[in-house]
Amino acid sequence: MLEIKNLKASINNKLILKGLTLSIKPGELHAIMGPNGSGKSTLANVLSGKKGYEVSGELNFKGENLKKVPVEERAKKGIFLAFQYPLEIPGVNTNNFLKTSLNSLRKSKGEKELDSLEFLRLVKEKSSELGIDEKMLSRQLNVGFSGGEKKKNEILQMKILEPKFTILDETDSGLDIDALKIIAKGVNSSRSKNKSFLVITHYQRLLDYIKPDFVHVLSDGKIIKTGCGDLAEELEKTGYKKLN
Amino acid sequence: MKQQELEKSKEYKYGFVTDIESVKAPKGLNEDIIKFISKIKKEPKWMLDWRLVAFNRLQNIKEPNWQKPKYPKINYQDLYYYSAPKSAQDKPKNLDEVDPKLIETYKKLGIPLKEQEKLAGVAVDAVFDSVSVATTFKDKLTEKGIIFCPISEAIQKHPNLVRKYLGSVIPITDHYFATLNSAVFTDGSFVYIPENVRCPMELSTYFRINASETGQFERTLIIADKGSYVSYLEGCTAPMRDENQLHAANVELIALDDAEIKYSTVQNWYPGDENGKGGIYNFVTKRGACRGKNSKISWTQVETGSAITWKYPSCILQGDNSVGEFYSIAITNNHQKADTGTKMIHLGKNTKSKIISKGISAGKADNTYRGLVDISKKALNSRNYTQCDSLLMGNKCGAHTIPYIKNKNSSSIVEHEATTSKINEEQLYYCNQRGLNQEDAISLIVNGFCKEVLQQLPMEFAVEAQKLVGISLEGSVG
Repeated sequence: MLEIKNLKASINNKLILKGLTLSIKPGELHAIMGPNGSGKSTLANVLSGKKGYEVSGELNFKGENLKKVPVEERAKKGIFLAFQYPLEIPGVNTNNFLKTSLNSLRKSKGEKELDSLEFLRLVKEKSSELGIDEKMLSRQLNVGFSGGEKKKNEILQMKILEPKFTILDETDSGLDIDALKIIAKGVNSSRSKNKSFLVITHYQRLLDYIKPDFVHVLSDGKIIKTGCGDLAEELEKTGYKKLN
Repeated sequence: MKQQELEKSKEYKYGFVTDIESVKAPKGLNEDIIKFISKIKKEPKWMLDWRLVAFNRLQNIKEPNWQKPKYPKINYQDLYYYSAPKSAQDKPKNLDEVDPKLIETYKKLGIPLKEQEKLAGVAVDAVFDSVSVATTFKDKLTEKGIIFCPISEAIQKHPNLVRKYLGSVIPITDHYFATLNSAVFTDGSFVYIPENVRCPMELSTYFRINASETGQFERTLIIADKGSYVSYLEGCTAPMRDENQLHAANVELIALDDAEIKYSTVQNWYPGDENGKGGIYNFVTKRGACRGKNSKISWTQVETGSAITWKYPSCILQGDNSVGEFYSIAITNNHQKADTGTKMIHLGKNTKSKIISKGISAGKADNTYRGLVDISKKALNSRNYTQCDSLLMGNKCGAHTIPYIKNKNSSSIVEHEATTSKINEEQLYYCNQRGLNQEDAISLIVNGFCKEVLQQLPMEFAVEAQKLVGISLEGSVG
């Protein structure tokens, strides 16, 4: 699914990712952990195609070089980023935004666009699956949402858009245990043999609910250790420092 | 009319050809021209006298020049003040002869084919669908006693109403452009809604189909008698082609006791090219008088066209408990300039006004909100709420907010809120990440920004206006 080799990325002439190699196969869920400033969010941004980064090395998605592909085209290829800080867009109805997004993706795949009724039916189904109050969706996009609501909204969007490859950028930070469970439920119910995930997190806590196939430790722009699920538990006990 | 015929016509005493079909008065502004316009419109003497008062006044006043957007000096003697609508043979025969760019925009806006033809000035035969539609509308209005006709017709058929109200909100001798209009206006609309009648339809579809060639000095007069209601929509979302650079219309609204007028404008005249060449000067005077108690006037404007937009649709709140509202979206891109806002003059007790202004600047454009809230001594317990939001795209454009607030009594409350923000790169990134391309993302964000104003538009136009907002900003962010 995703093949990264010796990926380097800098912003404003500052090198953040310093040669990162990672391979994610279909159906796999990888977790990336690491201390503040290790380059976790930069990795999420670079994978989604955010502008402003100088990128070198290999970055292939389903066999295709992504480096020159703009953000929206990557989204159309099935890459979804659940934002660490979802943006507020005043005046834009959440449902309307989501419908525009879904139909834009469907159109690019040559699928029929959903009309309002079909869309609302889909939203109802997915939100009740996750236990999210669909009233949230008739409000302005993320405006006045609590931290937890914003993150739930991201996961609901993921459920509706059904991406091939999902990046969760610290989706768990600042959440109470109930919200955390909803997030985990959303991810677990989406896992399948042809969907992959990259879960970026600070804490092991989320990994109590989402079982990763692999855990990587990112430090100073490089992956310094890779292991199975129990690596996360070990890290929780020992901290990142011992690894350096 | 062919050039040589025009030259020839100048040899006649007044220099005019009398064949209505191809009439065009020579250039220049003088008494003869005004007499000519009045004559060709078959106006009564009082109307001509009225025009001449304006013309004489014009000799002694100067163009205002306090506005932010400056423009090259206009030579008023070098303009045509009258030309009859183009005859069928001068018009394009079908849409294939029309600029394909224009057609593309019509398609994006979803304008029906027949209307596209009309808007593009295609010659259409007499049994054109909309003509019969218009007639049906007219019957329905007549049944209710509503008068809706060209103002030139109203001057002849309803002189008492016109004499009573014309110039009663914008005096003949107001500022330069209003006075110029009073002297040389050629046509426009007249609306009268009788007592306790609720106009059964938006006065829009009809207007859109029938008034696409009203010319540069338009005059509109709308009177809502006691307890009546009317919603009027002027202009349309489709880009208007016009050879006249200066547009100086006058619009007067009068609402008597318990009456309500809702006036919506969508203005999309030629803005000039990307380098700021050409484009319309839209110097329009719009003023409404809430003359009766409990009356209400609401202005909604979506201004996306013109090289320079310079206008302040205003409300004079004379009647006690009267309400004035102004909802505005002004979008300037490339080299466009806008200096627009409103005046809310509170004279009656318990009068209320609300101003919601959304200015969007892109490219090298400059956008100014200028507004006056004036609460007089006697306007006890009055209220105003003003909100001015500016959105900037890129770093070469400008946004300015110039509010003038005068509160002359202590029982009234004035609130003013203003924000200026830049279109947020992160918001665009978020939208892009959800599969929206740059233009769709901008359109979505800007429409969200303008939502409070777009909501005020009549349903049928709100959808077109939303698309227009997106189209106006195409190419504004790289």
